[in-house]
Amino acid sequence: MSQGLSPIAFLTRTRRPGRIGLTDILSWAWLILGTLAVLVPVVWAGLSSLKPAAEITRFPPTLLPRVAVQQTVPGFDAPLSLWTVNVDGQSREMAMIRRIGLKAQMVDPNNPGTPVSVDVKSMSPVQRLTVATENYTDPLTRFDFLTFLKNSVFVTFVATLLTLIVNALAAFALSKYRFRGEKAIFVLIISTLMIPLTVVMVPAYLVVVGVGLVDSLWGIIIPTIASPTGVFLLRQYMLTIPDELIEAARVDAASEFRIFWRIILPLTAPALAVLAIFSVLWRWNDFLWPLIVLSSRENFTLQVGLNAFQGEFSVQWNYILAMTFLSLAPVTLVFLFLQKYITTGIAGTGMK
Amino acid sequence: MGNLKLTSVTKSFGALTVLHDIDLTIDNGKFVVFVGPSGCGKSTLLRIIAGLEDISGGGIEIGGRDVVHLSPAERKIAMVFQSYALYPHMSVRKNLAFGLENLKFKRSEIDARIAEAARMLALEPYLDRKPRQLSGGQRQRVAIGRSIVRNPDIFLFDEPLSNLDAALRVQTRAEITRLHRQLKTTMIYVTHDQVEAMTMADEIVVLNGGRIEQVGTPLELFDKPRNLFVAGFLGSPRMNILKGKVVAVGETGVTVDVGYGVPLQARIDPAAVAAGQAVLLGIRPAHFAVGGEGLPFVVQYHESLGTETYVYGTFEGSEEQVIVHQAGHFAPERGALLRIMPQPGRMHVFDPDSGLALPRAIEERSAAHEHA
Repeated sequence: MSQGLSPIAFLTRTRRPGRIGLTDILSWAWLILGTLAVLVPVVWAGLSSLKPAAEITRFPPTLLPRVAVQQTVPGFDAPLSLWTVNVDGQSREMAMIRRIGLKAQMVDPNNPGTPVSVDVKSMSPVQRLTVATENYTDPLTRFDFLTFLKNSVFVTFVATLLTLIVNALAAFALSKYRFRGEKAIFVLIISTLMIPLTVVMVPAYLVVVGVGLVDSLWGIIIPTIASPTGVFLLRQYMLTIPDELIEAARVDAASEFRIFWRIILPLTAPALAVLAIFSVLWRWNDFLWPLIVLSSRENFTLQVGLNAFQGEFSVQWNYILAMTFLSLAPVTLVFLFLQKYITTGIAGTGMK
Repeated sequence: MGNLKLTSVTKSFGALTVLHDIDLTIDNGKFVVFVGPSGCGKSTLLRIIAGLEDISGGGIEIGGRDVVHLSPAERKIAMVFQSYALYPHMSVRKNLAFGLENLKFKRSEIDARIAEAARMLALEPYLDRKPRQLSGGQRQRVAIGRSIVRNPDIFLFDEPLSNLDAALRVQTRAEITRLHRQLKTTMIYVTHDQVEAMTMADEIVVLNGGRIEQVGTPLELFDKPRNLFVAGFLGSPRMNILKGKVVAVGETGVTVDVGYGVPLQARIDPAAVAAGQAVLLGIRPAHFAVGGEGLPFVVQYHESLGTETYVYGTFEGSEEQVIVHQAGHFAPERGALLRIMPQPGRMHVFDPDSGLALPRAIEERSAAHEHA
């Protein structure tokens, strides 16, 4: 947005001044649709995570978290649910005693003496807004969710840090040193991009077993730290750093490691930020590999832990949604802090 | 000590040899300029001295030490790069400090040296700025400052002025010269600009095709070029080259005929030539006398620079362009016929086969020597 433009003026701009053309309508429609397509699932998941378990599977689905209002009626042991009922052309709030086929037996909560039989079609439940905080508190207190969270944070943080250092070292060597076989090594690294995880999963697992890292967090950190995408991304970025800088540093008596640490790393910051974002996303959302490697509950990461709510016979959607929403938070935070690098970094490296 | 000795330095990139048997001695405290056309190997030679390139053969000594296997830092040299190569993420102060920190200098010593260099180069107001916040001239001064704080035995400059505009270039040129007088340290300076070479150098090394063509003071090279290349490379506009033939050999010189019925007297050693031998005559544009007797010169156009005028034309019936210099205002008509005559003793005579200058007559040489 340019400096002098107010938000209103910015939003009401048209292709030709003073006229709303077809282009304007189409672009507005496209933008609104796109925004909704992205936003609705997230908002729905967020709101649903506040719904009680029974409300999530209600059809037709509702957007806002509501719960049926219940009232204690004298003469009945359990609280009864309140319904809006049409009786004799009048709309009344009544409590339902029981439902038999298409008829429901209702009673006036203020006058519980005489039950009335009402057609099911003519009634609708009385609801109020609610916040089912137990969706959040239950997993955090009753289950080991804080352990899962701690494991996930540890894996993501350590793996990302190691990814950055290891890949930057490889990229430095491949971009700034001339040696025999340098091209071949680079191509070899890049070509591993084409091997899907599923192909190497079994041999990789055997290796992890062999070095005794099964059911250890290091078993999911170490195999992932060297990434061809990272090497490629960083190498391409480092190629744009002039060699004269490195020569100047050599004349300035800097050791090769010092050149890497003091000159190359700071100047690669935008690409490192992009890789950090990718790495955080990959490690945080990683599911299959941790599921294979980790077996004891105290080592589970969040994603594996979430899987525990998905039983063979029932799925505890309310918990899954709540914890999914919670697990979005760290990634969102990383994005917020590093977002200014994303555009410059991605544009700079020519990566998508 | 900043004296440098190169012995038979050879450099090849694969099958391509870019430097052939370079022998060169540079005395301590000299300002030496490597000059030559693009691709002549001058920058490679500088980088070899700096230790940024390995040599394929030969030896390098700095201050009597064999430095062939030493790193740039161990050679006690400092280099100013063409792009300045300032560390973009560091402030000017950090840029200056980086080398000293690597050498494990004490903080107080680092601060003192930075203050000294900043004062010398008028960089004090900019010490906390990043390089991108500086102008080209200021960046250049920071790059020089980064060399100065190291207190090296030899300064190396790789075309340091080529990124500056014309006015700033003249100013920075003077500044570097002043710095040299102040520091009295050996400086080696690479440029393709002969004006920089002529104005700054104590000694010029002319390189061409990976070989040294001639080494000498600016005026030595200008007055007594050893061969056609040096003669053509130094001096602007370039020297005029005329084809001629020796018609007579006298006591103190020879007579050369370039046609047009005007015999020219060249003071070269009579023993070195025989009558009838073909030679090339080199005459600088400023060394023609206009008017009176002389070669017939047809004017094509002229360039008036105010204080001087360059007249471009050909000799009558010839295609080859000849340039004549005249002081002050001078505006001959297009197509006008002028008579021009080389000034006595200002003619250079070359052997057309080897391109080498023919030896001068004995008294001429000694006279020039006294003059120098």
